[in-house]
Amino acid sequence: MNGNSETTEKYLKLFHDNIGKISGMSTPFINSFREAAFNKFSDLGVPTKKDEAYKYTNLNLFFDHDYASYFIPNKADFQKAEDFRCDILDLDAHGIVLLNGFYPTINGKLTQLPSGVWIGSLNEAAKRFPEIIEKHYGKYAAGATDSLVHLNSAMASDGVFVYVPEGSALSKPVQVVNLVGGDVDSFTQQRNLIIVEKRAEFSIIICDHTLSPNKFLTNAVTEVYVGEAAHFDIIRVQNEHNAACKVTHTFIHQERNSVASSNNITLHGGLIRNSTYHYLGGAGAESNSYGLFLADKWQHIDNYVNVEHASPHCTSNQLFKGVLDDMATGAFNGRILVKPDAQGTLAYQRNNNILLTDDAKMDTKPQLEIYADDVKCSHGATIGQLNNDALFYLQSRGINKREASLMLMFGFAHEVIQNIKIEPLRERMDNLVMQRLRGELSRCASCMVKCG
Amino acid sequence: MLIIDNLKATISGKNILKGISLKVKPGEIHAIMGPNGSGKSTLAAVLAGREFVEVTEGSITYLGKDLLEMSPEDRAKEGIFLGFQYPIEIPGVSMVNFMKTAVNEHRKYKGLDPLSASDFLKMMREKKEMVEIDSKLANRSVNEGFSGGEKKKNEIFQMAMLEPKLAILDETDSGLDIDALRIVANGVNKIKRPDNAFIVITHYQRLLDYIIPDVVHVLYDGRIVKTAGKELAMELEEKGYDWIKKEVENHILA
Repeated sequence: MNGNSETTEKYLKLFHDNIGKISGMSTPFINSFREAAFNKFSDLGVPTKKDEAYKYTNLNLFFDHDYASYFIPNKADFQKAEDFRCDILDLDAHGIVLLNGFYPTINGKLTQLPSGVWIGSLNEAAKRFPEIIEKHYGKYAAGATDSLVHLNSAMASDGVFVYVPEGSALSKPVQVVNLVGGDVDSFTQQRNLIIVEKRAEFSIIICDHTLSPNKFLTNAVTEVYVGEAAHFDIIRVQNEHNAACKVTHTFIHQERNSVASSNNITLHGGLIRNSTYHYLGGAGAESNSYGLFLADKWQHIDNYVNVEHASPHCTSNQLFKGVLDDMATGAFNGRILVKPDAQGTLAYQRNNNILLTDDAKMDTKPQLEIYADDVKCSHGATIGQLNNDALFYLQSRGINKREASLMLMFGFAHEVIQNIKIEPLRERMDNLVMQRLRGELSRCASCMVKCG
Repeated sequence: MLIIDNLKATISGKNILKGISLKVKPGEIHAIMGPNGSGKSTLAAVLAGREFVEVTEGSITYLGKDLLEMSPEDRAKEGIFLGFQYPIEIPGVSMVNFMKTAVNEHRKYKGLDPLSASDFLKMMREKKEMVEIDSKLANRSVNEGFSGGEKKKNEIFQMAMLEPKLAILDETDSGLDIDALRIVANGVNKIKRPDNAFIVITHYQRLLDYIIPDVVHVLYDGRIVKTAGKELAMELEEKGYDWIKKEVENHILA
């Protein structure tokens, strides 16, 4: 076993103690992944800074802790989740609320929306649509080298399921509000599966929130299938407290001529690691991976992107930005892999960061592996301060220095926000970013859910 | 309005301004001309409050107050406007948001309520027409992707929005074609009133065909070496700066 063995032991024990309960709830197909995944996790262990992919992130701060684990959903909790049911202010969306990674059971576990789209519980979908699940589940995360993906496959049992049939589209997006809460420190895992068939169009917004001040660790895996000529957008908005750790792994598998965009917006959180894997599996596909984070105090935000060009004439674009204040730290690792057959590849990557203090720290690492020869690829990374000339320009028009700094930071962040295609959400994110920069953002202010 | 007295300033320890004295009254247009490297832009930078210039001696009194004690933003709110030689591009900050913030900061300083969105947009529209700026420019990020001429026109537009008492235009004419030059000059002439003043810094006399100065100063080697009426600009255009340099050198030798 590699990794930190003492920490890893905790999770091995957790598996052994609970696998009976977990398996009892899930279908045999989903259970069929558990043992192999567990063995892989057991071999690799919880990642440490010795792992290249986690070089700048100390997971032990959160993994080495005794959490209560949430494996069996409790009816009373679901009632609570129902009470938090979305009251969306100006965003018109189909809402789903998840509590500690589980889909509430009270109002039906699967819902059919217009155009034949299904949204609901993955656990329920596995029972009701076994042929769909068997075609996709576990397939896109299979090659993962990250042990935490396997930890999820070994133990997760529920999450969001979305099925968008061929050629269909919803007039509004689906919004998932992920709540973690409870009276005890908790470890939760969530597993999502999103299938967007040929020529379909689908947008999903995932909001991560903490409801109580306890220490939380979440390890979430999302698999996405984007069929031929389909369009898919995923926007993740993270606003958790400083004692929360969120590790997300998103695998987006694209077929030919499809377009997929991912946007990770981290407003607040103790330790966050977002890994986004884009697999360009068919000619002419386009992927966009965006990210923005605003960190202060002792927060640590790590974005890992892996774009795999496996087919010719695909385009990929990465734009990640960070603003770091106080002693905050951050990391960006952007990998572009161009396979031998992927001729005519266009791949771009940019990572820009602003450090507001001498104590803030950012590590950025481009990683380009190119095995085809007809490739256009570029990358650039900057870590700097606010532009003094721009600051003076604003001041010279009567805007005070603090306000001028805020405007510059906002402008910096807006370059990422402007890629959000849903206009009300884009405006809302602009406002939230401004509030966050002004230090006015409380947990509730940003929440689209009306909390107690 | 503005009294500069024996101003000396350095940049990174190098003497740039070596004793400048200048008085500007309301309603006047002063042109400051001079060869490259004479200190023209440094003077503009000192007036606007740039930190990289260190004032080592002398004083600047503006409307009875010590200008050197004021922050750049307070100078702006007291009515000083600097038209930049190289306006800065600020991606992600829209012209509308930029100007709204600036105008409302000025209003707050004067004890006025912020303008409503509709009043503000109306003001933008009027000023855009006044200075003949393409209305699409105002919908973009500040100076981002603007051509050289568009950037300079945008400076004049900002000046129109902020209605300064004392505007300093730092080589606003450089890099402009004749049409843009005319638009810039017309903007200045429309904004000019008996109660405001302009300092027009320029290398060439060309701009002064359109903006008629009351006084022309020649800055050379950190000093004002000649002050006269508008005819001085014509003379400089004809003869260049060499005769001034010679005069200065002869004067020093004598």
